[in-house]
Amino acid sequence: MTQESVSSINANDLTVIIDTGCANLSSVRFAFERLKANVVVSADFDVIRSAARVVLPGVGTAGAAMDALKQKNLIELIKSLTQPVMGVCLGMQMLANLSNEHGGRSEQDITCLGLVPTDIGDLDSKGLPLPHMGWNQIEVSDHPLFSGIENGSYVYFVHSYRAPISEYTLASSTYGESFSAAIGKDNFFGVQFHPEKSAKVGAQILQNFLQMGLNMGTSQ
Amino acid sequence: MLAKRIVPCLDVREGKVVKGVQFRNHEIVGDIVPLAARYAEEGADELVFYDITASAHDRVIDKSWVSRVAEQIDIPFCVAGGIKTIEQAREKLAFGADKISINSPALTDPSLISRLQDEFGRQCIVIGIDSYYDAATDSYKVKQFTGDEAATKDTQWYAQDWVEEVQKRGCGEIVLNVMNQDGVRGGYDIKQLSMIRAICDVPLIASGGAGTMEHFKEVFEQAKVDAALAASVFHKGIIDIGELKQYLHANHIAIRL
Repeated sequence: MTQESVSSINANDLTVIIDTGCANLSSVRFAFERLKANVVVSADFDVIRSAARVVLPGVGTAGAAMDALKQKNLIELIKSLTQPVMGVCLGMQMLANLSNEHGGRSEQDITCLGLVPTDIGDLDSKGLPLPHMGWNQIEVSDHPLFSGIENGSYVYFVHSYRAPISEYTLASSTYGESFSAAIGKDNFFGVQFHPEKSAKVGAQILQNFLQMGLNMGTSQ
Repeated sequence: MLAKRIVPCLDVREGKVVKGVQFRNHEIVGDIVPLAARYAEEGADELVFYDITASAHDRVIDKSWVSRVAEQIDIPFCVAGGIKTIEQAREKLAFGADKISINSPALTDPSLISRLQDEFGRQCIVIGIDSYYDAATDSYKVKQFTGDEAATKDTQWYAQDWVEEVQKRGCGEIVLNVMNQDGVRGGYDIKQLSMIRAICDVPLIASGGAGTMEHFKEVFEQAKVDAALAASVFHKGIIDIGELKQYLHANHIAIRL
């Protein structure tokens, strides 16, 4: 496992950030550009399908974000992807079955993409201030996304909802209760925190993500 | 464990970082992007940029530097100054700001807070509050338009009541700046911050008065704030952020090193 391949950008080695129309797509793009990745923001079906790896970003509420995916007819496309797909923050939550973050729109739980079988609920901070905002420590698994990341590393979180600890937990953190800092199943995974805002630790995680797509490409 | 945050504040005017004493007589301390990058490298946990003239002079901040900061730094940052509409907020977030901070326009129209929350979620809505100790009535009161001495005016709000109101309307974080302390470096107003902490269920950032490393230790230990904001001690090199974080860590305060 070397990092040699990173320096040579392959035109086919494309990272696509799905254009969900949410407000802060550019932060995620800038983070990949700092790593010299070949990255585009797109909602075009062919561009997304051609990607070596795909990022599903998101801020706002689950209801609004799922509505945006529906409007752009992206739901079935995302479900059909076979390359590595990483959700970030709300993008991670959208990979789950359900979210109870209604955003005042209705009393109904929001149906999400159903790619990681877990349900998103309120973070029980046990009286600590909410949202959970700031730098917190993670305990990581041996998932390749966390290669080289030590337990106890700090990453930047901003959220009030969470995926509970489950068999799909790839990393955990604690704020009041313990919760999933990352979840995943098969080629779909996501992080609750913001790697694009998590200084060197975040950059390493994004670099690991870029490696994963390369590994997959060479094995086919 | 959630780390206490050290937040350098960069007051911005005409595209430069400035710092005044008690909100007056601003002097230029440097260019925005190099200062932001330096603080990120030294271990700042977050940055706040205030365009101090925007609210007072009815102008919207020049946006180009927002994306230049977002391109280059890999820690969160908040942009403040003259944001009065959903569209102005959307623009800042689209350029890469993680949060937007509203101060004077929220006092003019408190419904702005709930409208911003509905659109973007409370996690990126910060309310800045400039309060001062009014010795005559022994109370804390809120001021508006503090970016310009000539435009600054008193409001009807006591600090406690405004803190309750902005939480009800859906803000995600509060920066409490105590004007009597600003730029004087005599320490944070522990008494007021403790009082506000008791009624504040969202993250609370202390602002105004930092002069020594002990001041940071005191405000985290005694007022239990989530973050401490400071400007002049960092800009003038009186406190090094890396040394400050080592000091706090040695004093058993949860810090990201």
